[in-house]
Amino acid sequence: MYDFEYHKPKSVADAVAALKKASDGKFMAGGMTLIPTLKQRLAQPSDVIDLGAIGDLRGIKVDGNTVTIGAMTKHAEVAASAEVAKAIPALAKLAANIGDGQVRNRGTIGGSVANSDPAADYPAAVLALGATITTNERKIAADDFFKGLFETALKEGEIITSISFPTATKAAYMKFPNPASRYAMVGVFVAQTASGPRVAVTGAGACAFRVKEMEDALAKNWSPDAVAGVKVPADGLNGDIHGSPEYRAHLVTVMAKRAVAAAG
Amino acid sequence: MAKIGDRIKRTEDRRFLTGAGRYVDDLQLARCTHAYFLRSPHAHARIKSIDVAAAKAAPGVVEIFTGKDVADSKVGSLICGWVVKDKHGQPHKAPAHPAIALDTVRYVGDTVAMVIAETYAQAKDAAEQIAVDYEVLPASIDPVKTLDAGASQVHADVPGNLCYDWELGEKAKVDAAFATAAHVTKLDLVNNRLIPNAMEPRAAAAEYDRGTGNYTLYTTSQNPHVARLVLSAFVLGIPEHKLRVVAPDVGGGFGSKIFIYADETLVVWAAGKIQRAIKWTAERGESFMTDAHGRDHVTHAELAMDKDGKFLAFKVDTIANLGAYLSTFATAVPTYLYATLLAGQYTTPLIYCNVRAAFTNTAPVDAYRGAGRPEATYLVESIVSKAASEMKIDAAELRRRNFIAPDAFPYQTPVALTYDSGNYAPILDQAMQLADYAGAAGRKATAKASGKLRGVGICSYIEACGIAPSAVVGSLGAGVGLWESAELRFNPTGNLQILTGSHSHGQSHETTFAQIVSDKLGIPMDQIEVVHGDTSQVPFGMGTYGSRSLPVGGSAIMKAADKIIAKGKTIAAHLMEASEADIVFEDGTFKVAGTDKAVPLGQAVFAAYVPHNYPSDKLEPGMDENAFYDPSNFTYPSGTQICEVEIDPDTGVVDIVNFVAVDDFGNIVNPMIVEGQVHGGIAQGVGQALLENAVYDKESGQLLSGSYMDYCMPRADNLPSFKLGYQVTPCPHNPLGVKGCGEAGAIAAPAAVMNAVRDALAQVGAQDRIEMPATPRAVWEAIHAQ
Amino acid sequence: MTMSVSMSVNGKTVSGNVEARTLLVQFLRENLGLTGTHVGCDTSQCGACVVHVDGISVKSCTLLAVQADGAKVTTIEGLAKSAEQLHPMQEAFRENHGLQCGFCTPGMVMSAIDLVKRHNYEVTEEIVRHGLEGNICRCTGYHNIVKAIVAGASAMKAAGV
Repeated sequence: MYDFEYHKPKSVADAVAALKKASDGKFMAGGMTLIPTLKQRLAQPSDVIDLGAIGDLRGIKVDGNTVTIGAMTKHAEVAASAEVAKAIPALAKLAANIGDGQVRNRGTIGGSVANSDPAADYPAAVLALGATITTNERKIAADDFFKGLFETALKEGEIITSISFPTATKAAYMKFPNPASRYAMVGVFVAQTASGPRVAVTGAGACAFRVKEMEDALAKNWSPDAVAGVKVPADGLNGDIHGSPEYRAHLVTVMAKRAVAAAG
Repeated sequence: MAKIGDRIKRTEDRRFLTGAGRYVDDLQLARCTHAYFLRSPHAHARIKSIDVAAAKAAPGVVEIFTGKDVADSKVGSLICGWVVKDKHGQPHKAPAHPAIALDTVRYVGDTVAMVIAETYAQAKDAAEQIAVDYEVLPASIDPVKTLDAGASQVHADVPGNLCYDWELGEKAKVDAAFATAAHVTKLDLVNNRLIPNAMEPRAAAAEYDRGTGNYTLYTTSQNPHVARLVLSAFVLGIPEHKLRVVAPDVGGGFGSKIFIYADETLVVWAAGKIQRAIKWTAERGESFMTDAHGRDHVTHAELAMDKDGKFLAFKVDTIANLGAYLSTFATAVPTYLYATLLAGQYTTPLIYCNVRAAFTNTAPVDAYRGAGRPEATYLVESIVSKAASEMKIDAAELRRRNFIAPDAFPYQTPVALTYDSGNYAPILDQAMQLADYAGAAGRKATAKASGKLRGVGICSYIEACGIAPSAVVGSLGAGVGLWESAELRFNPTGNLQILTGSHSHGQSHETTFAQIVSDKLGIPMDQIEVVHGDTSQVPFGMGTYGSRSLPVGGSAIMKAADKIIAKGKTIAAHLMEASEADIVFEDGTFKVAGTDKAVPLGQAVFAAYVPHNYPSDKLEPGMDENAFYDPSNFTYPSGTQICEVEIDPDTGVVDIVNFVAVDDFGNIVNPMIVEGQVHGGIAQGVGQALLENAVYDKESGQLLSGSYMDYCMPRADNLPSFKLGYQVTPCPHNPLGVKGCGEAGAIAAPAAVMNAVRDALAQVGAQDRIEMPATPRAVWEAIHAQ
Repeated sequence: MTMSVSMSVNGKTVSGNVEARTLLVQFLRENLGLTGTHVGCDTSQCGACVVHVDGISVKSCTLLAVQADGAKVTTIEGLAKSAEQLHPMQEAFRENHGLQCGFCTPGMVMSAIDLVKRHNYEVTEEIVRHGLEGNICRCTGYHNIVKAIVAGASAMKAAGV
């Protein structure tokens, strides 16, 4: 990788200040995407601002019907949290299957959501549960957050501080991993929320997206059969050596069906 | 004392488990510089110009070499060590293979420049400053299309991109037999291209001693003496005695570390040029691009049978992709290691095979675990199962009807080999029992009721290990002999070094070789050290590949041990004042038969080094014997694997629910180690069948599966635990009666898995629409193709 | 940018000057000579580089040395109590022939120990197979690695480590 200036601020304010000073700075959360990217010389930031020392950004709180997870909370911590497992078991289970054990020990929820990797798992949960993303500047609704391939509503200098997930009466996530990378080739999160069923898909498109037809079908009849007949169009879905857009479109239905079955 | 057959724990484990192994990249040479190779981003391009001035001025840069520097220095072309003659008696086409491309790059990864700097990061930083002006040329990527008229030419001096058009067998007789057949089964098959992926990337570190003019090259080699010979005699011209090649701990090879690549060639050459030590270790991405790949065949085959399913004749037409240049043994793999195996375990009386070897703008292709034999086995065992299905004969039964009978050995096949031994039916029986073959139909029905597709697949393979004898391989075009060396060097205090020309990079020689000597000479394991991998320490040896180490290298050790015993007998007879004819050697002791007189081996050794009371009229002092062993034939391991799969038709995921392997490796020295070799081989075979695929973009020639993000390595959760069994027919022509076990798993597993997949897919009529790897996508598409 | 780092490695305090871009694995191998930790890929997948940072398994190829400043690092070299007494997991790999070429082994052992602890010393074949997602071995077919880890879990529990 190219060399850079390294900063390890103790507060969000210091982190933002460091970024502003840098000519082309980059925040680093767990580094599970950034460091491999730097190693491949695919990015050349002037400064890397490590958020790892900001204690405020870590921790899990359950308050009534809301699970709030600090942005720098690691996947392994979410996976092992008894509170999360009780409030939204599907979320704990999702976290327990992100990447591999070592990635879960370093990777963070904030980093994953901020990066909006098309094959990341968390975005599906954020979108399906209708989570709220809290930054140092504002609160952003999940539906307004994911904008495209590695693109989010975050502005320059904006740091996710926490993500709040409303609990759901039923929820489950089913992932079909890419056989090689083990990232989600298709992941479907279904949730029966206070505002009705929500279905979010990751891995298949440029970023996580909802499937309205499935949600409508589930609103009428919460059962695997309800989504079995809903096909998402292959047009615009990702295609690579592991799966054509058609195959991914098919998997969306299969995973949705299985997720609904798992959610009960 | 260790005995042959004991499950002895490994000697080498302690260092590996405590982080004390010494791999090439672990070496810290004094004042060491670091090399980075700038590689071609294009599959085929002309280098119009190359400007290194800015890079040379970059921080830390010591030197930069381009193709012109290498050519000016009279560095020879990298060589192919096996000359195959085509069907007209003409030698194969061997285009020049410069270590650094001179004016044309021919695959993505071809070397363009060598940057040497104080640190690796500096070398890599500087390489970005090299300005190369490429004129991109059309690329030939597909091995079939590259042979078409009008295809882009990979080498100007190889018309039609054809390296050779080769044949084995009598075509006219085969055609005549087909005319009489009751049934002909036809099959088109692709043997997918693989990337070896030893976990330790290739590496080289070299230093030059100005005082003596000696070079030392530490490198990831399976055969350091062969590397030295090639570098000395053909490429660099450094006299053999001035070049020491050391292959220390090597983290897996699987064939990919047999070959002599541009990288280590340049590292040792440049160390002399800059008169400083240089180290280079491949990044995984470079390994993907530049390690010699494996397999990559496109084949049409036909099997003729009589009405009872007896095989009458077999004909095969194969196109083999050799990549952009000939790797060290590339030409032998799709010919003498492939067509010669097409008889399998069967009495097929007539076989004809035609092989056209093609150049493409892809990485060179060479031997990878099994080398030719997996390709042959996949073909034979796929067509046999297809024939069974077409003839409505059970797949096991059809095989049984055609097995070579146990009393037919030695058995001359129609494809040049003489099988020395074997007994195939009991192996099949045992495998069927372990796999509960009889219950497969019931399990299939149960699975179907829950929406899953189950299938069972058989592969009965034949192997040929320890390729030999030298005179025969020489007559077929090999540039080397294929014997092995050993030396047993006793020290005066009675402990022993075994010096072997074999090289261990996972095969456990330090344990197995010590075990056979401990058994033979009655010396405790901890008094034996196995030395390998250093041309300055061990006698000239041929190295490790083709499952040859124990049958060939082990046999050399046994021969040397016999010489030790013979010499010891003379010494013991002298010490005991007995007739040599009355001396017997048992449990490490020379005894006078029928008396209680005895001289332990250690005492004879001591007498040899301190010869105060010694038969000096008959013997030289010392106890140090060497031997070279040139086998009289290959060995022929055989076995049957049975795989059972369950397919989820909704996703296309293939789950291996049971895997059985029963092998005949002849005598077994250490069952624990043999089992480990079989496990690893099966995993690689399953990888080929279900997961692994080297994919180039057919237009641009970019490697699309160039990292673990896209090249699917078998992981623990892709595999079941395996059930293994053994049958033993000892090899009749080597002293240990052993046959070799390193490749069998990888040779047999692809057909076992794919026959199971096809059996499962037959329930939905998709059995002929699937090729390796049967990935979820491929299976799903096969099921849903109209 | 050159920075000074200081950390505890295998119980010893060490320090050094590194570029910000230096990975922890480079610091361990090149600065400290702890070459037991290996690099087998460049995409953070093979797991040959796994070490423990503050008791948790991480891929040292995906962590900057400066990120580990002040941390407690354990590498494969720091596991065995003495040359004679291997860690129970190391011993289990030896007993079960869980290694061949040895290159992936340090990462496998370090991952295995963390996996076993995370599952409170109770692991099944299935847990182990799934838990090794981040470690690639090309030699063993995993069969004996899985056996070794299941056995090593019991041995760790018995030994109280």
